[in-house]
Amino acid sequence: MLITPLGENALTVSFGNIISEELNRKAIALCRSLEHAPFPGMIEAVPAYSSATIVYDLIATRRSFPNSATAFAAVAAEVQSALENIDYSSSDVPRLHEIPMHVGANVSLDLNEAATSQGLSPGTFLEIFLKRSYNVFMIGFLPGFAYMGEVDERIAVPRLNSPRTKVPKGSVGIAGNQTGIYPREAPGGWQIVGRTDAQLFDPHRDEPCLFRAGDEVRFVRVG
Amino acid sequence: MMTLLIQKPGIFTSIQTLGRTGKRRFGVNPGGAMDHGAVRLINTLLGNEHDTPVLELHFPAAEILFEGDVAFALGGADFTAEVNGVAVSNWRCVHARNGDVLRFTGVVKGTRAYLACGGGIVYERALGEKTKRIESDLRIEIIKTHSSRPYHNAQIASSLVPHYSRFPTVRVIDGPEFESLTAISEASLFREQFTIGKDSDRMGFRLEGERLYRIDECEMVSAGVTFGTIQLLPIGQMIVLMADHQTLGGYPRIAQVIGHDLPLLAQLRPGDKVAFHRVDIAAAERIALQFEYDIALLRAAVSLRS
Repeated sequence: MLITPLGENALTVSFGNIISEELNRKAIALCRSLEHAPFPGMIEAVPAYSSATIVYDLIATRRSFPNSATAFAAVAAEVQSALENIDYSSSDVPRLHEIPMHVGANVSLDLNEAATSQGLSPGTFLEIFLKRSYNVFMIGFLPGFAYMGEVDERIAVPRLNSPRTKVPKGSVGIAGNQTGIYPREAPGGWQIVGRTDAQLFDPHRDEPCLFRAGDEVRFVRVG
Repeated sequence: MMTLLIQKPGIFTSIQTLGRTGKRRFGVNPGGAMDHGAVRLINTLLGNEHDTPVLELHFPAAEILFEGDVAFALGGADFTAEVNGVAVSNWRCVHARNGDVLRFTGVVKGTRAYLACGGGIVYERALGEKTKRIESDLRIEIIKTHSSRPYHNAQIASSLVPHYSRFPTVRVIDGPEFESLTAISEASLFREQFTIGKDSDRMGFRLEGERLYRIDECEMVSAGVTFGTIQLLPIGQMIVLMADHQTLGGYPRIAQVIGHDLPLLAQLRPGDKVAFHRVDIAAAERIALQFEYDIALLRAAVSLRS
């Protein structure tokens, strides 16, 4: 575990440099723990695959920890003590979301090619995709975009060689062993297998994102 | 009601604040103005809250008609501003009368100028919404306020005015993956100059210069990034993330520009050159706190005069 500054207002806690569910669970548990008991000056805790970024207000933090040489040192100590007190075994039961997914020639833009490249029929490809539920590892790239996994090896197709300039809103894509949903129209290279009407990001909701890191997502075929 | 009428839109004119922090876990970056220092200085000079909305202008810049008597201040880049043909300088409180026209006639220094109005511009932006470019004939409402009566001709002390240059040295702290640089590349980072590439925008500045190498070329798992994070691309060139950066990045974060020096970077354009000077986190915090102290003093001085 490594704690390094990311400017004067943030630090990064790195648990390793691999995509693993275990490291991701640590990052999420740290963020939850800090959210439940924020230190004075904390702004937010943001989990990523195998790290967490803790954002804080420099002045408020300095004022609250006058004996610390730097705000960074004070926050690093807070992180250390939070980590010591996390009980990983009794983690919350994840929230489960069922996401309706439309399938068809007009929405499953890459399904046929993706299936062919893996030596599968489009039907089998989809069946494998729908069979699993996926963990939300982190939110980023676009407001409300969730990086989820892990996708079955047999359908883990790479990003398109040449990204689309416009991926339609609600598109469900695969990139390696990750899956994700485009919360709005955006450029992107993930291979698109379906589309959902679910509203993944709504700025007017209390919690603007439908998902948060640590949730579980299952796709249900409709139409 | 007082309004600004945008008679000519200029290029990339937008309304900006200091951005909205605390929403990264939803994938929403703070966004906001490129030059926070300029925005905070001129807002404070006018007695505004430091994150009051302002106009961000690029050259050729907007032509603006004041519809009402408005106190305003300009900061950031110097685009040779004139009100009805009379020069007005940056970092100073100016009183415009109903019918006055503000024009910008040439670049002296910098790339982004800011216009703050006493009371502030009325502006609502939904969370996660992209920056809107301002079109011609837009009327921008200004909040009428009685609490702020900025002192006539008040100006910001020269010691507080940023030292913009086309060849600045900006201070950086080590990034989380700094250690992955080879010793030779580490030395190059702090010795060489790097040129701002043409693919530079509000999301990030590409830097061109001596190729930097890492000890191992293994890929990095995406992790948090912020305004001023310097990432090393696989081609050995750097990118500095600017105001509209994404919340996560997948390239090694070799360095981080300190907040105080981000304005120096924000005022550069393609072809300008930047050098980096290494400081530690304690120094970076001291420099940031000193600026907060200076802003607090300016705020106190302004409140005494009104």
